[in-house]
Amino acid sequence: MSKPKLTPKQQKYQNKAKKTEPKPHYLKNVSFAFISGGLICMLGQAFIDFYSAIMNIPLNEAANPATATMILIGSLLTGFGVFDKLAKYAGAGIAVPVTGFANSVVSSALEFREEGLVYGVCAKMFTLAGAVITFGVMTAFIFGLIHAIFH
Amino acid sequence: MGKKTGKQTYQFGNPPIILSTGTVAGPFEGLGPLHEDFDEILTDPRNNEKTFEQAERSMLTKACQLALDHASCSTAEVDLFLAGDLLNQIISANFTAITLGIPFLGLYGACSTAALGLGLGAMLLDGGFAGTVLAATSSHNSTAERQYRYPTEYGGQRRPYQQWTVTGAGAALLGYNGAGPKVTAVTFGKVIDLGSTDPLNMGAAMAPAAADTIFQHFQDTGWDPNAFDLIVTGDLGKIGLDLCRGELAENGLTLGENFNDCGVMIYDLKKQDVHAGASGCAASALVTYGHLYKKFQKKELQHLLLVGTGALHSTTSFQQGENIPCVAHAVRIEA
Repeated sequence: MSKPKLTPKQQKYQNKAKKTEPKPHYLKNVSFAFISGGLICMLGQAFIDFYSAIMNIPLNEAANPATATMILIGSLLTGFGVFDKLAKYAGAGIAVPVTGFANSVVSSALEFREEGLVYGVCAKMFTLAGAVITFGVMTAFIFGLIHAIFH
Repeated sequence: MGKKTGKQTYQFGNPPIILSTGTVAGPFEGLGPLHEDFDEILTDPRNNEKTFEQAERSMLTKACQLALDHASCSTAEVDLFLAGDLLNQIISANFTAITLGIPFLGLYGACSTAALGLGLGAMLLDGGFAGTVLAATSSHNSTAERQYRYPTEYGGQRRPYQQWTVTGAGAALLGYNGAGPKVTAVTFGKVIDLGSTDPLNMGAAMAPAAADTIFQHFQDTGWDPNAFDLIVTGDLGKIGLDLCRGELAENGLTLGENFNDCGVMIYDLKKQDVHAGASGCAASALVTYGHLYKKFQKKELQHLLLVGTGALHSTTSFQQGENIPCVAHAVRIEA
């Protein structure tokens, strides 16, 4: 993955091209992500409260069914073709919570269903989410190890 | 080498005629400013097919049939079919060639395929190797996105310099028995690499290749750029077009109002929210074989220089950190 070194001519052009590259609207994107991310987390919290209050699940365990519900919502929105339209405005606000993870899995599964159930849906489902899972598992292992050693 | 002029240009002694064209546009392209110039506009991006790949193929086949019908020509009368597309192993063109049953030369020039097919076809005709040639190309937003980028329903934010792959197909029938605009010269481009690695900023990657070929065309032919009613690049988009203009100006070639880009013309950039413009083989095919061909028929256009632009990278090459190799081919079309 080492980048080939640029010749002076290439470097000169790249400097020029960089200048013409329009910058994203950072302030707009950040505020939209802040608001939408906040709303999504509020909804998640509402589910936690709902499960602990109505279904008598202890508060520290109610996060699990609440997460599952958020995943279900993210998946359904993807399936109905709404998620990508929301994400266009919400950006990181919808991508960083578990809804974004659900979207990356379901969108890949949908995209490759024509290649069959095994080689299409099941194999390609994690093309985008695979890296997240790998890093998640690795991080959990390392921190679990640290926790086990120091406690 | 009687027909070769300068370093990279071929001028035709017996210029082949574009006898007819056929265009099929996707629903989104049908909402653009050039919608009146397309023969057919799909209502469904899947075109009643099982997969998007089959939909692309059906558009390419339809565009070819339309071109043949418009010239009242049967497939048996066509000597060669020159086609290509963006999908791996140019699969849309391969399957279309089965349906048409015409001897087939598969082309890969990425988004420059329309100009490449037109130029090569004209050479085959002028060289006396064929009497009638069909040149065609296609692209589909959903098939290209899936191969090169993300799943359709994936919720990512698009960069402001990104371009939108055109859904559509275009075909041109070249021959001598009939009337129409003539292909009078072609300049085949060198593959240029000015160090671009971002596959989302195709305009910036391809602009130097376009500038190189345009510059060479004028060097080789000695023509005055103002002699053209229109010099149109394939799919540089807004950003690439400005960069290309800048590169040419640095070499002492200043192009005026007659310099534009198919990727800018095909969409309403503001209303259709396509950021920098269009990309894909069908961008230059739809604009040239639809919009510009109609302008020739209405005698609103006399001299056109079509400069097809293509980024020749693969998903593997850019993931391995390689630069994006780019090419451009210029075709001179005259009334």
